[in-house]
Amino acid sequence: MRTLTAKRPASVGAYLLVAAGLSWLALVILLPLAAVFIQALAKGSEAALSALKEPDAISAVKLTLLVAAICVPLNAVFGLAAAWSVAKFDFKGKGLFLTLIDLPFSISPVVSGLVWVLLFGANGWFGSFLEHNHIKIVFALPGLVLATLLVTLPFTARELIPLMQDQGSDEETAAVTLGAGGWTTFFSVTLPNVKWALLYGVLLSNARAMGEFGAVSVVSGHIRGLTNTLPLHVEVLYNEYDFVGAFATASLLAGLALITLILKTGLEWRYAGELSASRRH
Amino acid sequence: MSLKVENLAKQYGRTAALNGVSLQAAKGEFLALLGPSGSGKTTLLRAIAGLEQPDTGTVEFEGEDFLKQTPRERRVGLVFQHYALFRHMTVEKNVAYGLNVRPGHSRPPKAEVKDRVAKLLELVQLDGLEKRYPAQLSGGQRQRVALARALAIEPRMLLLDEPFGALDAKVRKDLRRQLRAIHERAGVTTIFVTHDQDEAMDLADRVVVLNGGRIEQIGSPGELASAPASAFVFEFLGDCARLKGRVDGSCIRFDGFEAPIVNAGRATGEAEALFRPWETELDLEGKPGVPVTVHDILAKGAVLRAECRSDDGRLFEAEFSRDHLPPAARPGGRASLRPRRVFVF
Amino acid sequence: MADAKTRRRRWREPSVLPGFGPAFGFTLFYLCLIVLIPLAALIARPWEHGFGGFWHAVSNPRVLAALKVSFGVSLLAAAANVVTGLIVTWVLVRYDFPGRRLADAIVDLPFALPTAVAGIALTAIYAPTGWVGGLLAPLGIKVAYTPVGIWIAMVFVGLPFVVRSVQPVLQDFDAEVEEAALTLGASSAQRWRGVILPALLPALLTGFTLAFARAVGEYGSVIFIAGNMPFKSEIAPLLIITKLEQFDYAGAAAIGVLMLAMSFVALLAINAIQLFLVRRGAPA
Repeated sequence: MRTLTAKRPASVGAYLLVAAGLSWLALVILLPLAAVFIQALAKGSEAALSALKEPDAISAVKLTLLVAAICVPLNAVFGLAAAWSVAKFDFKGKGLFLTLIDLPFSISPVVSGLVWVLLFGANGWFGSFLEHNHIKIVFALPGLVLATLLVTLPFTARELIPLMQDQGSDEETAAVTLGAGGWTTFFSVTLPNVKWALLYGVLLSNARAMGEFGAVSVVSGHIRGLTNTLPLHVEVLYNEYDFVGAFATASLLAGLALITLILKTGLEWRYAGELSASRRH
Repeated sequence: MSLKVENLAKQYGRTAALNGVSLQAAKGEFLALLGPSGSGKTTLLRAIAGLEQPDTGTVEFEGEDFLKQTPRERRVGLVFQHYALFRHMTVEKNVAYGLNVRPGHSRPPKAEVKDRVAKLLELVQLDGLEKRYPAQLSGGQRQRVALARALAIEPRMLLLDEPFGALDAKVRKDLRRQLRAIHERAGVTTIFVTHDQDEAMDLADRVVVLNGGRIEQIGSPGELASAPASAFVFEFLGDCARLKGRVDGSCIRFDGFEAPIVNAGRATGEAEALFRPWETELDLEGKPGVPVTVHDILAKGAVLRAECRSDDGRLFEAEFSRDHLPPAARPGGRASLRPRRVFVF
Repeated sequence: MADAKTRRRRWREPSVLPGFGPAFGFTLFYLCLIVLIPLAALIARPWEHGFGGFWHAVSNPRVLAALKVSFGVSLLAAAANVVTGLIVTWVLVRYDFPGRRLADAIVDLPFALPTAVAGIALTAIYAPTGWVGGLLAPLGIKVAYTPVGIWIAMVFVGLPFVVRSVQPVLQDFDAEVEEAALTLGASSAQRWRGVILPALLPALLTGFTLAFARAVGEYGSVIFIAGNMPFKSEIAPLLIITKLEQFDYAGAAAIGVLMLAMSFVALLAINAIQLFLVRRGAPA
């Protein structure tokens, strides 16, 4: 089988088509990105920088980093464990298991936050118990972490499972028959084979963990300086008509998105063969 | 002449896929393009079909300048190596496609299309499978759908690119015979590409042997076998061995023995002789010939093949019918090996 | 003990590799904790006043209007993404032009950009005083604070789903199939409609489904530009938050469950079509 290679547009129609496609990309995707930075600098870089030096902004940065620092590693461990069981073993109900892992993708972020309120909120299943013991989950860090864990759950697993399924278990079986133990096999054979895909998954789940808005918005309670992550801080400033502050904070997040995109594209180009097939270009 | 290709050349980057190729095909002729991969045979076929634009040269068909025409206008039926069936269409729709895409005024009425498809499916022995999808067919069946689809447009010429390349040996044989029969009934000029010399010799009226973008020889299967034009053709058409000697008129002298040259007059002086395993004799040790050790006797269909090695390690093979294995052909034994006749290029 | 062992054999193929127990156990435990128990809490919640309570919560006209906006506009956005996404993919795959790889990389921006950032940026652009909104306002076209604004936000988040679904299929499309149609006499329009489009259809449908599912649940990029006028531009996820703020947990859960159910039915229907298309054209 041959596939066509891309060629230079040769006719007027082709040029128009390319122009149409690129204009649409520019209008839908580039324009909003540009708007973030331009609006942030609307009153000069001085104003933008001072918005970022606000104590509330700094505590939002810290909280965002903290939530990501808890969620991303947990997520990576979950992804590895899930991929190990699905890709290296055969068991009944694998399809259902995979569906469960994918499930958070199809749940609205707001619902992903709502479920935690239903469990741990004042009127929730465990609400009175928690209140009685003075444990705060909703409107506090644990709630933010739980909501973020739910929305980012599939990210690493989704990168690892197809790749590890493609790779099969021959190499691990060889290692075991040569006398390697379980952990040795994992660290010396499996992990090196999937390290770039793992990094890719971590990159995506980190971007989502730091940028998540809907789910954390439900469980945060919007307490300034305490439970506001960066995206929530953006919302608060925006709703207070502090546009420069909102867009300055937003440009931090947009910068994060750009870095993620650059690293992700770099991985796709450099290590195409070591990512799951759908990521190869 | 129905097809006339003149001086065709095509360059991909720095490699020449076609390098001054000229050939002609008579109306109704069955032509094989034979060569190893990279010899330019597929490029030539695609240039005739209009899927490749040659850099220089001409392609004429029945007096028309083919290169000025789009593939649509050429109306040649092309059968692809991997069939290229439309997987979302039934067998019936696949075969009818070329008729259904014709512009309104030249499109045959529905009933006629149906009728023609039915006739073609009968011709390729696929009647009854009209409603199947390509995914539900075997490789051989898909191949025949592709053939029927190409024939449906009543092509002025039928082109096949390695038509049996992806099939197993038994199916290949069956389809070969079917293709020959279909060609005889339809009478359309047919060109097919293959790298399998048996297939080419078996099917074609004439074989075009290609190598490195050039034509090595054009001839009937008989001519190719009896009068190969080059060492390449001789080697490509079957197993052979080489032996250095000195040409002396219509003979070539080796170390202590000689052999007649089939194509005498081409070379003089020191030369290399090529010969076939089935034109090789094994004699008892000490007789004139190359001293060899017989390593193994292998059964190869109706014949037995003795694998021998000379003392300097070169491999020679000699073939005998089962009833005529010479006494010298014993595994592990010593023998004298001698060609009955040779070619010198 | 022996019993447990044979039972385990039955659902899992034996393997020489170690670690299935701990890995699978951890995965299942984690899934229960993070996904299953919370979802159980959601599904159990709306029924505390019986079915009547659930019905009362979701049959409220404001809720119905919000669901209509959420699902209706999502449908329109996903449809628009199928068309524009196909054009963008075609351009990226079939044509070579300067900046092609950059354009390809940028398609993923909506995946990476936090939704709140996209939300305020889109609002700034399409507000009556914004770059584009300012151009449209004199023509009497209002984008921000109307369903059109919601549509734009949903188009933004959905585009990469379509492109990334169709791209690999178009890239791997067998050139011979197109050439076969060409030699059989099909014009370029006929090749497009009869051969290429049907081959892309399953992937387009996948892209549509993913974009639609994402749009239905989308919150961050929509709420800023929506204006959130009840009955007009209020989306269902926002209504969930409103109910929560009023401590109406059962009502919030009822909308959540209904959204899940509706998405589920829609996805099931699309998957059925998908299965039909894929079965038909699957390689043996």
